[in-house]
Amino acid sequence: MHMSDGLLNAPLSVVLLVVAVAGVGFALVKARADLDDRTAPMAGLVATFVFAVQMINFPILPGASGHLLGGALAAILVGPYVGALCVTIVLVVQALLFADGGLTALGANITNMALIGTAAGFLVAVALRRFAAKGKGGLAAVAFVSAFVNTLLAATGFVVEYAIGGAGGVEIGKVALLMWGLHALIGIGEGLITAVTVTSVASIRPDLVHLLKGSNTAFGSKPLEVRS
Amino acid sequence: MKKFFIGFAFVSLLIAGVLSYFASGDPDGLDKTVEDTGIAEHAQEHPFSGGMFADYALGGDDRFTGLAGVLGVVVVLGLSFGLFWVLRKKSDAR
Repeated sequence: MHMSDGLLNAPLSVVLLVVAVAGVGFALVKARADLDDRTAPMAGLVATFVFAVQMINFPILPGASGHLLGGALAAILVGPYVGALCVTIVLVVQALLFADGGLTALGANITNMALIGTAAGFLVAVALRRFAAKGKGGLAAVAFVSAFVNTLLAATGFVVEYAIGGAGGVEIGKVALLMWGLHALIGIGEGLITAVTVTSVASIRPDLVHLLKGSNTAFGSKPLEVRS
Repeated sequence: MKKFFIGFAFVSLLIAGVLSYFASGDPDGLDKTVEDTGIAEHAQEHPFSGGMFADYALGGDDRFTGLAGVLGVVVVLGLSFGLFWVLRKKSDAR
């Protein structure tokens, strides 16, 4: 879902860069509370995993593919603020090192995938937290739904941005229909990857799943750390 | 604890270094949308498209996608681990 440069006009690109910087700055401040000697290495590994899995485009239709965005995945594992930073680091490395995603479009890409996607995924996951604490099936279902919503809302970010300041003047209904149709399919892939990843971590190290912290869960025998 | 972290890193390396060769080359949802609607005509060339690792290859040769993937894993791990380690609350116990 990485936009190239030129798809959005310059003023909107600047506005979205400001939004991205503000959002990432806010996440940087709030992330501290979720990072300690144990979760900091985990967060680095989550960012790395999101980068790796984003390389794997899976087919959704003849001639079209999709890849993980990772916002919900990261938010469930390391919290929304650290999660947004994970996705941001991935997007910056992709744009600078691999020419994947434009430079003037970086603000828009961070806004859609790292901020909107992560926030949406996390809010859904928190709303459904009591199901996630019930066991593997519940956690898998919550992860799937959160990730699906994350994908659709990140796609919606592009639709809204195109409506405000997109190049080419294509009818917005057409753009919306294609984006939502394709990303409903991609969201299923995102949901499956997220469900498998989160339940795998939870079955080995439930204490490292941010969403399960502080609640009585059916996972593992290790007592969950009480956060001071 | 260490075992889990090493395993997690190894899985990422394997995905970026090996599984990446099996990734679909078709456009993703956003690229497909902008191609089918003609919006893509307005897309500009990436300023770094001539870069050594552009498009997850080595000098445009995608036989080295796995190598580019491993490099990306190392760079992302280094940057993110560094950032999160600096940001973390220091524990009083240690």
